[in-house]
Amino acid sequence: MTSTEEDPSGDAAFVQLRGISKRFGGTQALDDVTISLVLGEVHAFVGENGAGKSTLGKIVAGLYTHDSGHLLVGGEEVGRWDPLRAQRGGIAMIAQELSLVPELTVEQNVFLGIEHNTLGVMKGDLSARYAELESQAHFGLPPRVKVGTLRIADQQKVEILRALARDAKVIVMDEPTSSLTAHETARLHELILGLKAQGRAVVYVSHFLDAVLEVCDTVSIMRDGRLQRSGPVAAETKKTIVEAMLGKELAFSFPERAPAPDVAATPVLVLDALASDGGVVDASLVVRPGEIVGLLGLVGSGRTEILKAVFGVDRVTGGSLTFRGENIVTSSPRRSIARGMGFVPEDRHKEGLVLARSVRENVSLAFLRHFSTFGVVDGRKERREVTRSVTGLQMRPPAIGLPISGFSGGNQQKALLSKWLIGNPQLVILDEPTRGVDIGAKFTIYEAIIELARQGVAVLLVSSEHEEVLNLSHRAYLVSEFETRGEIDPATTTLDALLYKLFSVLEPKENA
Amino acid sequence: MTTAAVTRPTKRRLTPSGVLFFTRDYAVLILLVVLIVVLAIATPSFFTFPNLINIVNQNTPVAIIAIAGTFVIISGNFDLSTGAIYACGSVTAAAIAVGTGNPWLGLLAAPVAGLVLGLVNGLAVTALKVHSFLATLATSLAFGAIAVLITGGSLIAVTTKGFTDLGRNRVGGVFVAVIVMVAFAVLMWFLLQRTVFGRHVFSVGGNHHAAELSGVRVMRVRIFVFMLSGLAAGGAAAIGVSRIASAQPQAGLTYSTDAIAAIILGGTSINGGVGAVWRSVAGVFLIALIGNGFDILNLNAQLKNLVTGVIILGAVALSAIGSRRR
Repeated sequence: MTSTEEDPSGDAAFVQLRGISKRFGGTQALDDVTISLVLGEVHAFVGENGAGKSTLGKIVAGLYTHDSGHLLVGGEEVGRWDPLRAQRGGIAMIAQELSLVPELTVEQNVFLGIEHNTLGVMKGDLSARYAELESQAHFGLPPRVKVGTLRIADQQKVEILRALARDAKVIVMDEPTSSLTAHETARLHELILGLKAQGRAVVYVSHFLDAVLEVCDTVSIMRDGRLQRSGPVAAETKKTIVEAMLGKELAFSFPERAPAPDVAATPVLVLDALASDGGVVDASLVVRPGEIVGLLGLVGSGRTEILKAVFGVDRVTGGSLTFRGENIVTSSPRRSIARGMGFVPEDRHKEGLVLARSVRENVSLAFLRHFSTFGVVDGRKERREVTRSVTGLQMRPPAIGLPISGFSGGNQQKALLSKWLIGNPQLVILDEPTRGVDIGAKFTIYEAIIELARQGVAVLLVSSEHEEVLNLSHRAYLVSEFETRGEIDPATTTLDALLYKLFSVLEPKENA
Repeated sequence: MTTAAVTRPTKRRLTPSGVLFFTRDYAVLILLVVLIVVLAIATPSFFTFPNLINIVNQNTPVAIIAIAGTFVIISGNFDLSTGAIYACGSVTAAAIAVGTGNPWLGLLAAPVAGLVLGLVNGLAVTALKVHSFLATLATSLAFGAIAVLITGGSLIAVTTKGFTDLGRNRVGGVFVAVIVMVAFAVLMWFLLQRTVFGRHVFSVGGNHHAAELSGVRVMRVRIFVFMLSGLAAGGAAAIGVSRIASAQPQAGLTYSTDAIAAIILGGTSINGGVGAVWRSVAGVFLIALIGNGFDILNLNAQLKNLVTGVIILGAVALSAIGSRRR
């Protein structure tokens, strides 16, 4: 075990970071960080977004090079450091965005780059080697299936197999559970404990403190690029970790629910047996002005697809969609925006942000005509409106001229939300509004959602963090197999009861 | 992956990376200034008004194509057909001027023809969903063939009075063509930086999913940038054909790649979403000055393309280093 003091167990540590610092442009991402990674231990790096935990993991794995300080692997200081050298030194990284070749099979991916060959001609021993590896890992993956067809959780296993095939002693996992279901997360945790039992070290970079408390031995808590403390998990609770991360005491709770909507009011949105070409089979729901309505379902249940059908991304193929009393037949995102909808998509990098452009351009994009005459943008008016919108959401720093790619996940998500506030929408559709967002920013986003409802805006909310839906929404619908399956009262439903419901509705129907 | 410079310790202040980023962002301007200074020192005849205005005048067609091509590249597309559109525009202008006897009708026909061919490109890319690189490669063959069909393969000489006014006349010592080019550059700068359309071009190139979900009519933006590119290629053809008073279907075939090279050299990203009109103008004249330098310094002209190629490669590599290190 390591302690905050002068690293007494330094000898046992396979990787030692001593006084590591790293700058990105004007930001001090890491400042004098000293941490030891011991074999046979699961070590968590936690912190808010932008605290430096991911950067730290990437320095260990060679994706970034430190500016100053010393990095020792196996007792020797490393000089030039890159992913290949890190791999040879026994360190593998499983990145948030998996780096597999989708068109190659599982076994081809696992041995990619380390194929046995004679003068470049591959030997036909891939299957034998894979079988040997599988006998240690017991993942049960089909070796000859193309990786692109596997679920994310299984692709992660392929990444782990890759690390094992290279005999990695240290495996760095960056937010490994961010796209996994609860069940898959539990399986991953078993795997991690298995790796630990084999005497490997696992670095677990995560936002999910429950998971950290469950599987990790040591936790290093980061804040603003500095290490707050590094010590045994047994000495921590969720509360103590959060306090160290935030640098203040914070009773973690949800803001007060928005006032109950007027039940007699004409609904903003009514879906009746809606079907879409995105796969929705049968969705029926009602959202009233000032009401927050949640969709609760597992990943892949069709939650997102219902949202996309409402916003006009997918085409309606059956049933009806009524928005503000108008029966909508033809739709598109453009028409939906004009009708008064806003949509924060699930994957902000892929669908939400124009990363190369500034915050200002991202926030104003959907409502440029508000700031323009005859197609010419009034820059001053635009800046004023955008600044007002982002400061309302406490975006820090409110430097709207900088590229949005340099902002933390929380700030990017705030920007995406403030983008719709400019248009005064009647309905805001939120798909995973707090994914990959730190705790402080989450709270701000919750407050913003509630404030929207208070102002009479209807909100349709999807989140994989079911607690959010339970604590924010007035009503929620269960979603499974691309259908809405009844309604629950979030205020009186516990998380456990909900999970039971979600899994029981998933049970096969053929015997019914 | 990472450069040695990054591992250097005690890099506290912004200076080294700041200089790197400045060098990267303004590489084309720095090179341009360096080259101008070197040439001005090397030969007294270089930094004279007649020489400079001649260089600018000679390069107006490519500059006009590159200015509009900037929109295409920023939107995440390629237009490899501008050279063929130029050829079509030239022969159309010549044929109509000769046929009608009206020089201005002929010169006006070139950009109109370009606009129509650009529309064809835009539809091929959007409605047929063909990648712009392939679509415009294919249309450039087709457009080239149309140019041959119009002329029957031979050269059209234009003797119509007034036809050469656009290409040869001067106003206050400055070529009309140069004035047209500068006005076009300013107009396009305004269109890109100050209008809703310009913003949409950036957003479509930066992330077309996000643009779509923000209500941007992505297909329409793509069609427009190709029409703009076609219009410019046709306009460039009007200037070119007016200057030499004859048109042939082989004219301007290298202009597509010349323009794209200048745009990329200027620092506009081929990944889309980032770029500027001034960069492409600077890129055109950097390439032009390299050529001019070879001429006035009496260097081996056969090395000209080699040097230009190496400089383009260097500039692109520099920007790649900058974006890779994070």
